[in-house]
Amino acid sequence: MKELIARLVEAYGPSGNEEQVRALIQDEIKAHVDEARVDALGNLVALLKSDPGGQGKPPTRVMVAAHMDEIGIIVTHIDEEGFLRFAPIGGLTPLTILGNRAVFANGVTGTFGMEKREILPTEKPKLDRMFLDIGAPDKESALKLVSVGDAAAFSRGFAQAGNRLLAKAMDDRIGCAILIQVVKTLKRNPNDIYFVFTVQEEVGCRGAVTSTYGVQPDLAIAVDATDTGDTPEARPMNVTLGKGPAIKVKDAGMLAHPAVRRLLVEAAKGLGIPYQLEVLEGGSTDAMVMQTSREGVPSGVVSIPCRYVHSPSEMVDYDDVTNAVKLLIKVLEDRVTI
Amino acid sequence: MLLQSLSEACGLSGNEAEVRNLILKEVQGLVDEHRIDTLGNLITLKRCSNTGAARPRRVMIAAHMDEVGLMVTHIEKSGHLRFSKVGVLDDRTLLSKVVLVGNDRVPGVIGAKPIHLLKEKERHQVVETDQMYIDIGTSSREETERTVKRGDYVAFATRFSRLEGGLVKGKAFDDRAGCAALIELLRGRDSYPFDLYGVFTVQEEVGLRGARVAAYAVEPDYAFAFEGTVCDDSPKKKDLSPTTVLGGGPAITLADRSFFADKRLVKLLVETAEKNGIPYQFKQPMVGATDAGRIHLAREGVPSAAVAVPCRYIHSPVNILSLSDFENLIRLMSLSLVALPTLWPLP
Repeated sequence: MKELIARLVEAYGPSGNEEQVRALIQDEIKAHVDEARVDALGNLVALLKSDPGGQGKPPTRVMVAAHMDEIGIIVTHIDEEGFLRFAPIGGLTPLTILGNRAVFANGVTGTFGMEKREILPTEKPKLDRMFLDIGAPDKESALKLVSVGDAAAFSRGFAQAGNRLLAKAMDDRIGCAILIQVVKTLKRNPNDIYFVFTVQEEVGCRGAVTSTYGVQPDLAIAVDATDTGDTPEARPMNVTLGKGPAIKVKDAGMLAHPAVRRLLVEAAKGLGIPYQLEVLEGGSTDAMVMQTSREGVPSGVVSIPCRYVHSPSEMVDYDDVTNAVKLLIKVLEDRVTI
Repeated sequence: MLLQSLSEACGLSGNEAEVRNLILKEVQGLVDEHRIDTLGNLITLKRCSNTGAARPRRVMIAAHMDEVGLMVTHIEKSGHLRFSKVGVLDDRTLLSKVVLVGNDRVPGVIGAKPIHLLKEKERHQVVETDQMYIDIGTSSREETERTVKRGDYVAFATRFSRLEGGLVKGKAFDDRAGCAALIELLRGRDSYPFDLYGVFTVQEEVGLRGARVAAYAVEPDYAFAFEGTVCDDSPKKKDLSPTTVLGGGPAITLADRSFFADKRLVKLLVETAEKNGIPYQFKQPMVGATDAGRIHLAREGVPSAAVAVPCRYIHSPVNILSLSDFENLIRLMSLSLVALPTLWPLP
């Protein structure tokens, strides 16, 4: 699974530009699902039909979602000297980008710089005082490589640190990897499972709005990365790397449906795998909008604890990842009822 | 001129009737059907030229009727009106402006302390809206209440006129320029090879509210938003984006705070412009939001784009636009709509 994770996290896909990630996922799952389609916004919606010979009742429609997009930047202006000004795509912290590189869809790579004379040594730099340098000596040369509106993502290779994995875009390629692994591993399926790889989560869960409307699920689970409270002087948060997948109770955008939460907790207990309950004070996931689709959908989240989230080096624990796969399989191999 | 009457009409968010009536009068003879929905959107339909098609494709073009302005929140004993803002306005642009209060257009002035009486510190401060008042000439609450009540809308009393260089000034070009362009587009051609829904929306300035329900009802296959958009082309010290430039042609959105434009539609617009020698520009990404931000999320999702007429001093009592940008927007869209069916497999 590590090889799959490495390929996913190294793929390019800032919000609105998920094509490369989608192609990779399509390739991985096509042999394992009954149908897969791409909707108007670019979500990949794959259906794994229930095994024949059900008990007569229509199968439960379960939606499991992970988002394909990652944070990044979008070029807003190219100046006469060939420097690119940009706006953030998603929650980008200025401190995390200095010294880092960004890459465009066509492979053009640049490094971030800032207006040194304008920024006091004691001041935190702001994004509008920063620029991307792609090595172009002037505007004309820059325009041959990129255009206004082109998006770039962090450029960072996958690495292992002990039992932990380090990469950009772990949020939420780790969710994509888990879904792919579940699709490939499921032995038994009494439900109609919609595996949905969504677009534009980082800019407001937009892909989940339209895909959930289309799928019309009876129950929905998002799989996404979440913050932790286990680093020196961290903001207090009861989620720790390596202590198992986190089952969401609430975040800034939703209260997980208690029955979905219970379903996940019972499955973890049944398996005897570690799990933790998550209360996240800032931020949310696709489940926020899945829950209010149409007449409402009971929704929950399996979160993968992730340190340094929204930075070029996000860290997850490999055991948390494999346990999340086991947890989802356990839930999906039985008929889902709540 | 249509743009003039639309600009001088008053229609703040939630109170678009005057503008809607004016538009209705213009489009009635140009469309096959029209209706006004629960929220007040005017939804018009020009039927597909191919009447044999089983389920013709649907294309929606939205322009919002509402404009930014003020609302009376309180009447002082002295007869002065306190107000709050409807939509996003810069406090610095409000003082000493002439306004029209209520549907009867009672004239008033946003009062300002004379410079003679300003303390040194006050000269460097922005007066905030809650410190301002509107003076309609009355001297008691009773007298004011004869013509004005709490909740009345307040619009700017800006007249439309022509400037040098093919430019015009007026108020509410955001989005009466879009409304005027949509009307002209409906006038331009008898029909298209798809059902064309021209939708004049309400309450865009307070959160894209009308477009949300209109797009749900219309259920379009493709959508466009017509807008008046931010332009900041005054000279600057730093080499930064002017957002858009007046006279540079219609501004195509690549991405803004509300949506990413559909890449196929953007390509179609650009290719149409280049093939026909129509000037165009890309709006600075990630600035502003339009009705497309709601439309593209309707039901299972709608590929959407936004094209706009650049407007200087947008969201203030007076805006300036270039008539050439306005006309080029109509031309670009008219030709792009004809080419639009290349995006779908024809029956």
